[in-house]
Amino acid sequence: MPDPMRIRAVMMGDLVDVKILMSHVMETGQRKNADGDLVPAHYITEVSATCKDKTVMSAAWGPSVAKNPYFSFRFKGGAKGDKLSITWKDTAGGTRTDEVTIN
Amino acid sequence: MAAPSLFSTVIAACLAAMTALPAGAEQTSEEAIAEYHAMFGDENPAELWQLRGEELWKTPRGSRQVSLETCDLGKGPGVIAGAYAELPRWFEDTGKVQDLESRLVTCMTTLQGLPESEVLAIKFGDGEQKSDLEAVTAYVVAASRGSRISLPLDHPAEKAAYALGERVFFYRAGPHDFACATCHSESGKRIRLQTLPQLTTPEGAQAAYTRWPAYRVSQGELRTMEWRLQDCFRQQRLPQLKYGSDVAIGLTLYLARNANGGEMVAPSIKR
Amino acid sequence: MKKTRRDFLSLTGRLGLAAAALTSGLFSRIAMAVDTRPAFEATSLKDALASIGVTEHQASAEIILKAPDIAENGAVVPVEVTSKLPGTRSIALLVEKNPHQMSAEFMIPEGTEAFVATRLKVAETSNVFAVVKTDAGVFHAAKVVKVTLGGCGG
Repeated sequence: MPDPMRIRAVMMGDLVDVKILMSHVMETGQRKNADGDLVPAHYITEVSATCKDKTVMSAAWGPSVAKNPYFSFRFKGGAKGDKLSITWKDTAGGTRTDEVTIN
Repeated sequence: MAAPSLFSTVIAACLAAMTALPAGAEQTSEEAIAEYHAMFGDENPAELWQLRGEELWKTPRGSRQVSLETCDLGKGPGVIAGAYAELPRWFEDTGKVQDLESRLVTCMTTLQGLPESEVLAIKFGDGEQKSDLEAVTAYVVAASRGSRISLPLDHPAEKAAYALGERVFFYRAGPHDFACATCHSESGKRIRLQTLPQLTTPEGAQAAYTRWPAYRVSQGELRTMEWRLQDCFRQQRLPQLKYGSDVAIGLTLYLARNANGGEMVAPSIKR
Repeated sequence: MKKTRRDFLSLTGRLGLAAAALTSGLFSRIAMAVDTRPAFEATSLKDALASIGVTEHQASAEIILKAPDIAENGAVVPVEVTSKLPGTRSIALLVEKNPHQMSAEFMIPEGTEAFVATRLKVAETSNVFAVVKTDAGVFHAAKVVKVTLGGCGG
């Protein structure tokens, strides 16, 4: 099971300010490890965020997003106490969903 | 370990581009790098290690099925607040001066009953391979944020460890005849774009030591002092520094004591 | 479909070419093709943009692209885009000198701010582009990020 994301969702006026740190190697498939072997590609391809059954963000990612990705966005329509859910999917069929309560 | 990667850079072009700036124009490279660091804000991937470390600290493991919550890091069983700022230090139960990492190995093996070979299997993470020691170190270090480094060196073994660390610091060896002091005993030195910290003065040692462990963006990993020292030895072409050895602990204690009074900010973000 | 001998020969001809490609190392890339999305396979700015339906785009000062002038390490470069253009539907980030230019594309639904912040890998000193699709057309902003190699090379 992939490691959890660290999600901060805080009210900023009438916007929900979201800051996420994801634990993911984001391997491009071009890197060589200490033994000189190519490390296989393994990276997040999709990210989506929902709040109250509405998709508030979706993204297509490639291997040039940095390792242990940081991602921030802002949306209207959420309030303190609402739940925000973030999901990522990767090239190996891995996936992770984490939910937080908006502060 | 420093294998060439896809993201090798065009240093010549960069230097040419930078030296082509008219004198006094725009900003210095120090200012530009400060701006680069500022853009990270508070969002440090080290937090991911801290979260994992917290869970490892609180989870019963090993043959004894206990958590690390009774591990004594020098301030009493389970006390992590400010503990890193007082390490390395003498421990009665092991009869040794220990740094955080070697003390965690002690707790994991004696308290939890985890085999030492398993605890030390992955000392430093690499991509999918994650190190429990690194994660717990990050968690414990974060609990010393804001604490002042305090190494009184009351115990004779601590004084001896400082003397050893100092001796190693100035000891020239290896094919390049490098000592730590070669790069780190004078102010105003730099290598490429990095200023080399002067580690023998309080100001210099504080500036450096308060910021380790750190998330190293060049590796995408959280790196601890044990890693930092081992990697310096590698760069100096010295024999491999043994994890948790008297030399590693002595050097760490030497640097920490030189940084006495400094306020811990680690884990930070570094190149 | 009826296969003629000619079709068969041309097929083996193509297979022969493929065989040469296999030994030349192309196979390793095919075998490792875990991601076949055209946008992320493209190796030119033009192709990457075409694969997301963009052929024309104009510079706009209404797109604020924030990135450092110098990145101490190209592995992690903070990038932030704010689009003040009305009707912004998506923001794409591309790095000109990367082997594959497309880094990420963000879809902005109604109610979500036209703002994204993330961190990219920039292989070498390069233009970083923010390409913004709006109801009124496609616009872009660009910024050069200088990438350095610091320290002892590690």
